[in-house]
Amino acid sequence: MAPTLPADSVGIVTPKLARFEESFRFANGGILEGHELVYETYGELNAAADNAVLICHALSGTHHAAGFHAAADKRPGWWDMAIGPGKPIDTERLFVVCSNNLGCCDGSTGPNTMQPGTDKPWGGLFPQPQVRDWVRSQKQLAEHLGIARWAAVIGGSLGGMQALQWAVDFPDWVEHCVALAAAPGLTAQNIAFNEIARHAILSDPDWRDGDYLAHGTVPARGVALARMVGHLTYMSADGMSDRFGRELREGSFAPESNNEWVFQVESYLRHQGTRFSTQFDANTYVLMTRALDLFDLAQDHGGDLVAALSRSQASFLVVSFSSDWRFPPHRSLEIRDALLAAEKPVTYANIETDDGHDGFLLPNKTYEQLLKEWMRRVGPS
Amino acid sequence: MSRLDLNAVLDWVPEGSTVLDLGCGDGAFLQRLRNERSVTGVGVDIDAGNLVTAVNKGLDVIQEDINDGLHCFTTNRFDVVVLAHALQELTDPHIALQRMVDIGEEAIVSFPNFGHWACRLHLGFKGRMPMSKAMPRHWYDTPNIHFCTVEDFEALCSELRIDIIARATVSGFAQGLLGKYWPNLFATSAVYRICRARP
Repeated sequence: MAPTLPADSVGIVTPKLARFEESFRFANGGILEGHELVYETYGELNAAADNAVLICHALSGTHHAAGFHAAADKRPGWWDMAIGPGKPIDTERLFVVCSNNLGCCDGSTGPNTMQPGTDKPWGGLFPQPQVRDWVRSQKQLAEHLGIARWAAVIGGSLGGMQALQWAVDFPDWVEHCVALAAAPGLTAQNIAFNEIARHAILSDPDWRDGDYLAHGTVPARGVALARMVGHLTYMSADGMSDRFGRELREGSFAPESNNEWVFQVESYLRHQGTRFSTQFDANTYVLMTRALDLFDLAQDHGGDLVAALSRSQASFLVVSFSSDWRFPPHRSLEIRDALLAAEKPVTYANIETDDGHDGFLLPNKTYEQLLKEWMRRVGPS
Repeated sequence: MSRLDLNAVLDWVPEGSTVLDLGCGDGAFLQRLRNERSVTGVGVDIDAGNLVTAVNKGLDVIQEDINDGLHCFTTNRFDVVVLAHALQELTDPHIALQRMVDIGEEAIVSFPNFGHWACRLHLGFKGRMPMSKAMPRHWYDTPNIHFCTVEDFEALCSELRIDIIARATVSGFAQGLLGKYWPNLFATSAVYRICRARP
């Protein structure tokens, strides 16, 4: 079976688990007495430990960024396009780490984990994490792995915000920072879309105040609807027109035909929603969207983004995607301009694409070349 | 457009200075400045393909339209701002010039001289807009929308209260001295070192 894996794949990978016994205090006050992080690594950490790169995942991402868990897997990790031997994030040179954020549902301690001293999962009682909490927890993971400094911290969307937070909170730790399709903070419109998603979940009768696991229910309809709304904001209008147009999947436009029309785009969104609702935990989705809402890079610096980024010692790559309306190019320009004002080294490009916010995950020649060429400066030469 | 006319002005860029290269293209000039003058540079270009090539050289470059006003750069951010053979392509060359001498302590700007005798002959005798090896496009499809002569440029500098620190001219092989003394007629292109007028 192995020969079917592409030559530029990191191959079969196995997630690892790191256990931290000391208590972890969230910015919002919640405390975990011990926790676990699940993560994957690709490539080899060199003797000087100066070739380590951290990948931060987006809202619904996981630690499984590249390669396959089994030869029979239909799909590789979520950013296999960029990570692998000879790829932009070249695992022949770099040691790549990707962890599942604290509070997620893919193996790191989160709402599905048993709450210590009880016979129930945390559920809705799990502390609200913020981006800065994830950064602190990833720092613990780095220390656990014998890494004292990241050659680069890289992420898209929420992951890009996390990479920026890293560069600001721990300047000594970040040599290069890549923020793709990111923003310095969420707008009212962004928060509104997140609220619609949360409302969909919270109004599902199976939600049970977040205690659905104990009740043996799953608010699948709410999660599916939340995902449909979210997914819509990841695509551009032109991209959707190209892909789905007004095509019918079921029914007909013929006169006096039945009234069971299903447009291709409806079918697609339903499929995305349903699939997601079987994979993703509702409490986690509520926590993740809230973490996004709360993200504001400038907040601890008197609302001054330039002051925040002035702390950093990193070189930056900032990339936006022309048709992204979730975190549009002008949000990346805010980051770029603050970096320029702070006199930090920065490269910026706006990639022409119809792929919308999802552009950072999808093949695009210019984007891939830019990332590849820029990444050459990361790690020991 | 060749940027070779900038060879002559490498000396205008102080060792170890900070440089903004507007319309940096593939970054070749900035790379040269970095290697030969140890500058810390930032390149600006509108074309993503150019950026990729410049990034390959290890440069920091940003995608931006110079016509949008360069508001991302603060006053006196750079020692030197370079605009090589792009002035004639800008929507508002006069605004760009003012921004350049604001953003930089000094600026270096080069452009093809439309007052060159060959241009004059072309227009005067053929009655058609000049085309040459250096300006191969028709009037309707050329990116060069704001041609000027050496004298036009110097008049504009005076109007904008911009001081000319130095001028270098590039002329045809046999016309070196002529270009130096009668640049408006004999220089094929001109390079200026300018700054805000000192009060």
